[in-house]
Amino acid sequence: MPREVADVVAAAKDGDREAFDELVRLTYADTYTLAHRLTGNEEDARDVVQEAYLRAYRGLRRFRGDAQFSTWLYRITANCAATHLGRRSRHRHDELDDSVPVPDPHPDHDPQLRADADDLRSRLKVALDALPPRLRAVVVLRDVYDLPHEAIAAELGISESAAKVRLHRARNKLRDQLFGRREGESRAG
Amino acid sequence: MQCADLTETLAGAADGVTELGRAERRHVERCLRCQAEIVQYRKLLRAMRSLRTEVLEPAPGLLADILANLEEAGERHAVRSILSGRRMAYLGGLAAATAAGAAGAIVFASRTRRARLAG
Repeated sequence: MPREVADVVAAAKDGDREAFDELVRLTYADTYTLAHRLTGNEEDARDVVQEAYLRAYRGLRRFRGDAQFSTWLYRITANCAATHLGRRSRHRHDELDDSVPVPDPHPDHDPQLRADADDLRSRLKVALDALPPRLRAVVVLRDVYDLPHEAIAAELGISESAAKVRLHRARNKLRDQLFGRREGESRAG
Repeated sequence: MQCADLTETLAGAADGVTELGRAERRHVERCLRCQAEIVQYRKLLRAMRSLRTEVLEPAPGLLADILANLEEAGERHAVRSILSGRRMAYLGGLAAATAAGAAGAIVFASRTRRARLAG
């Protein structure tokens, strides 16, 4: 943890309310981004962020400091998002057009390739929003935020094997949406 | 070894998390379809990781709302602490009074019994 954040966290743990407010200022954009990725919309993201900071505030004394503060906050946010979406019981499926597979060049060396990479990222965001929330949560937490499987499982209230199955299914769906399904390939997961 | 046998493994292999066994490696080395699938997973994972650096613009007023919410939660906690402190003092007083009353009753009963026994 960067020393500056570590100092602020230590002060907040000691009950310094201004230090906790400072932690919020330092992290709220990142937290909002995660919440938006998990919920798919601004309104739910706002609710999740509010709840996440309340829980962090109440539970900060339990933060042991053995992980990054940001990781701890990601886990709280993931848990809040799962709870929030569970309450709303929303389930979205949007069908997207198949895309043509492209070779795997390194995108940084060629302006056209960089444009292709930006285009891929834009299409990826659309594809992520179209995933069912329970698949989106796992793939975002694993592949964007690099949380380990056991942490993802704990925060989403599922088993580790269920988390891995959902990850596999999510990646398959994203790959299909971005690159198209080849002839003869069965729909697994 | 068929392509379908590697469905669950290729994404993990692209991620560097799963190591392919010898038979699996031999299949992939000869199979353009599986190679293309690994390439697609690598592109997907790279694009996913690139999202990490992207921070969305929070909704206007969100920071103020969070801080106001925390302020309110802090106030409620402080009030609860005060009330629970007073409640503890009240319960403590009640307990002390009850204990004193019980002790007095025991003493009275004991004296009464002694008086009866004496005559």
